Amino acid sequence: MTSETAAPGLLDRERIVAGPGFSRWLVPPAALCVHLCIGQAYAFSVFNLPMTKLIGITKSAPGDWRLTELGWIFSLAILFLGLSSAATGSWLDRVGPRKAMLLAATCFGGGFLISALGVSVHNLWLIYLGYGVLGGCGLGIGYISPVKTLITWFPDRPGMATGMAIMGFGGGAMIASPLSVRLMAAFSSPTHVGVAETFLVLGLGYFCFMSIGAWIVRVPAEGWRPAGYVAPAQSRGLVTIENVHVDTAIRTPQFWLLWWVLCLNVTAGIGVLGQASAMAQEMFPGRITPAAAAGFVGLLSLFNMLGRFFWASTSDLIGRKATYCVFFVLGMALYALVPTAAKIGSIATFVLCYLVIISMYGGGFATIPAYLRDVFGVRYVGAIHGRLLTAWSAAGVLGPVLVNYIRQYQIEHGVPKADAYNVTMYIMAGLLLLGLVCNLLMRAVHERYVLDARAMRA
Amino acid sequence: MTPSDATRPEETAVGAKLVVFWLLVGVPLLWGVANTIRDATKLFG
Repeated sequence: MTSETAAPGLLDRERIVAGPGFSRWLVPPAALCVHLCIGQAYAFSVFNLPMTKLIGITKSAPGDWRLTELGWIFSLAILFLGLSSAATGSWLDRVGPRKAMLLAATCFGGGFLISALGVSVHNLWLIYLGYGVLGGCGLGIGYISPVKTLITWFPDRPGMATGMAIMGFGGGAMIASPLSVRLMAAFSSPTHVGVAETFLVLGLGYFCFMSIGAWIVRVPAEGWRPAGYVAPAQSRGLVTIENVHVDTAIRTPQFWLLWWVLCLNVTAGIGVLGQASAMAQEMFPGRITPAAAAGFVGLLSLFNMLGRFFWASTSDLIGRKATYCVFFVLGMALYALVPTAAKIGSIATFVLCYLVIISMYGGGFATIPAYLRDVFGVRYVGAIHGRLLTAWSAAGVLGPVLVNYIRQYQIEHGVPKADAYNVTMYIMAGLLLLGLVCNLLMRAVHERYVLDARAMRA
Repeated sequence: MTPSDATRPEETAVGAKLVVFWLLVGVPLLWGVANTIRDATKLFG
């Protein structure tokens, strides 16, 4: 009887400890089940235009929502991604990935269902609440939990492991974008744009797919190590063998340096990503058509995804600090080169610059969890990562605002549209220089911040 | 090949699981990539 009452629940961490003979390569698909779904966030813009025509159907009518109002849905989702990951990180570390992933599935899928209701009754606040707040919480919770799990399964290659999961986040948009367009086409009629039904199908589909991830995820047994892997006996350089508590970590200069490293790297990339289509057409007027610009955006998505795996894996070989130095130095050079590429009319140089830039943008996301693990240890890395993701929320606001307002200011002061992005590029290069300084200031965490053995057992 | 990676005789199901799990995520991902590449060809077309 006692053993029955003490048996762990279906969602408990103890229930999903891997047994002997378990292959750790079964875990990345579980993480990808979640990240491929929540990566849909990057493709949310495909709904913007149809949602401006819910009443007018073929064109916006009085009472239809404006693009500026709809833009807040994505912004809210990114804001709540950061807030929820920061608020729940410690809890997620404690309860384990299955409960966390199922909660993420419920929030993310539920967010779509509430948004479907919002579209049906034409209430924008329901969509803010559904996709923006609840969906955003699903994003935050779903983002960090699989990452921490993979870091524990791959202590020998943490960069590659986190790169695999976070690559899924980049790839999610590439699935969601064509899928959403096809669903809307299937559900649309002469009197209906089909957004509500699409939200409904996506919400149920994402809930099921993420739940599969929650079902198949496993955590390693206490003390498990990959065979042949010898854990370092002592800290070396930035890489510690100790652990820093999450509440202590946020009081260290290292946390805030990394916060700015992520924020500045993301700011530089996200502003450009959101404006890529318009920028390509305006910098090469008449030469890059809207269709070609859409192809350019697609290529950026692809390199955003590939960069996540490539750069995070590279960081296992050359170190996290060196990898970020490459991001910042190469990024500065490429941003400075973009105006020249436009001036000489070289589309190939322009495209190549941006593909590398955007690969490093994705690489920044994928490398940061392993950087945190190096600096603060593995024990609280999920919670620390959660708090660091507030940098993403900040960059999500800062990046687009910088690009949009600088461009607008330039045009209002008589600068031709083709040249209006030049100052932006130099400012982005300046931001990367600040990021480089922060990265170069990184040192190992002082031993006074490290948990002692007694605290570790507590 | 580490013991944790190995497909031991008593763990024949592991190999099948690996195939199924990776197909589960690989197929939609490749579908998305193929769509993206098709769109991207318009940039040079």
